[in-house]
Formats: sequence, structure tokens, C-alpha cells
Amino acid sequence: MSHETAAAEYHPRALAHQFEDLGQQREAATLGMWVFLVTEVLFFGVLFATYSVYRSWYPGAFTAASHELLIWPGTINTAVLITSSLTMALAVHAAQTGERRLLMVFLVATMVLGVAFLGIKGFEYYTSFHEHHVPGPDFQFEAEYAQQAQIFFSLYFLMTGLHALHMIIGLGIMAVMLWLSWRGTINAEYYNPIEISGLYWHFVDIVWIFLFPLLYLIGRHG
Amino acid sequence: MAEHVLPKRVYYTVFGILMLCTYLTVQIAFIDLGAWNTVAALAIAVFKATIVVLFFMHVKYSTRLTWAVVIGSVFWLGILLALTFSDYLTRRWLTFG
Repeated sequence: MSHETAAAEYHPRALAHQFEDLGQQREAATLGMWVFLVTEVLFFGVLFATYSVYRSWYPGAFTAASHELLIWPGTINTAVLITSSLTMALAVHAAQTGERRLLMVFLVATMVLGVAFLGIKGFEYYTSFHEHHVPGPDFQFEAEYAQQAQIFFSLYFLMTGLHALHMIIGLGIMAVMLWLSWRGTINAEYYNPIEISGLYWHFVDIVWIFLFPLLYLIGRHG
Repeated sequence: MAEHVLPKRVYYTVFGILMLCTYLTVQIAFIDLGAWNTVAALAIAVFKATIVVLFFMHVKYSTRLTWAVVIGSVFWLGILLALTFSDYLTRRWLTFG
């Protein structure tokens, strides 16, 4: 009896009234984020399905068009994103252990890497514009594949563009997380916002893990 | 479910494996394996995604309900791909003579 009374009296500031305890609140937050991520999986899934259908129809054009993409910025960007996922995971770890300064350092590191990714992506887009690889009236490609290569580049810009948009939204989320951490809202007891923002960031990383080989690495041999 | 704070070395190990896989996938792309190039690239990508989900996203230590939702996402994606491909990738099978 006395134990129950004590439990009822203990009410952390971060605990919303509809939850029994912080553990239940954390589970609900994680589950809710995953439900959102399912919709994201299907959102990108449609694009991957479209890509697969066109690639199976026009394998020659897709190989030729993929060869026009520079391999090194794509590879560096993959490494940059994986590193940002590491710093994100370490940020969540710092939040769990209540190391506020370290949490902020890792959040900033994640944002810096995110900006670096977008910078390199911007350089790639610039190169594509320069070489007339943007679908439209200015598009130039070897005559045999001129039409079909536009489909590859349309998908390239659509998929990497939507991925970049997710990165930009992620940077906004990280900025809010940095503010919450600075304000002291995040502590070892309540770190749900960092945890679920991390889920989002890692998801965006996973999308790139699939985009990279499918867009950059088709038939690189020979 | 009690919170589960993973030791940092788990994250460093996963990071190392992800980097190694990135190196491998680029190297393999330059070797001619025919149709197996795509299979190898996708297999490595699926492996990378799996360890990100299990360790970086803590699903390995999550509740069964979270597991169900994660597996559900793969399941629904499977339906999406299977039904799409069963139409578009089989159309040529019907063009006789």
C-alpha cells in the first residue's frame, strides 16, 4: 500500500498525464515514430519500384546514364552519412547517460555532416546541370539512349532530391533538438525527442544506403 | 521495458562494419559478375540497413510491438513490389511470335 502511494506521488515533470510512467511514454513515442517510418518506407518504396521497372525495361540506357555520375562524390557522401549516423547514435547515448555537453557536441557534429552531405550533393547537381544531364529541352546524351537516359536522370533527381529534402527537414529537427538540449529539457530520464529524431535520421541514412548502389554503381565494370 | 543503454563500442563496431561494406560494394561493382552484380549490391545494402535498424535504431532491444511494426513495413513493401513487378515485369511474356 505504502509502495503504491509512493509511486503515485512520484510524478516526473516530463511525464504526460495519460501515461503510467516514463517507460510507457517512451515506448509509445518509439512506436509512433516507427508507424510514421512505415509510411516513409512505402513512400520511397514506390520510387524504388518505378526505378526497378524502368531499369529492367531499359538496362542499356540505365547503365550508360549511371556511368555519367561521378563515383567519388557518391562514395564520400555515403561515408559522410554513415558517420553522421554514428554521431547521432552517440548523441542518443549521451542523452541516455545525461551528458548534456556531449549530447550537444554530437548533435552539432551530426548537423555539420548533414550540411557536408548537402554541399557535396549540390556540387553533383551543379556538375549535372553543367553537362546537360538535367531532363528537359537542354538535355544532351548519346543519340542511342537520348530518350531513355532522361528517365534515369528524372528518377535520379526525384529520388536524390526527395532524399535531400528529408536531410534538410532532419537538419531542422536537429536544430530543435539542440535547442531543447541547451535549455535542459533533455535529461537521462527524458530523452524521447532525441531518440525518435535519431530514428528519423537513421532512416534517411538507410534510404541512401539503397540509393547509392542503385544509382551510382550500375555496371561499373568493363 | 526497461531502458537499455548500449555500450559505445557497439556503435563503433557497427560503424566499422558499415564503412567496410561501403568499400566492398564499390569494389564489387568494378568486377564483372553479370546479373550477380545487382544481387551482390542489394544483398550488401540489405545487410547494412539491417544492422542500422537493429543497433543504431535499437530495434533489437525494442518491444515486440515495435518488432511487429518494423517487420510490417518490410511486409507491406514486399506486397507493393511483388504486385507491381508481377504486372510490369511479366508483360513481355505474353507476346507470342
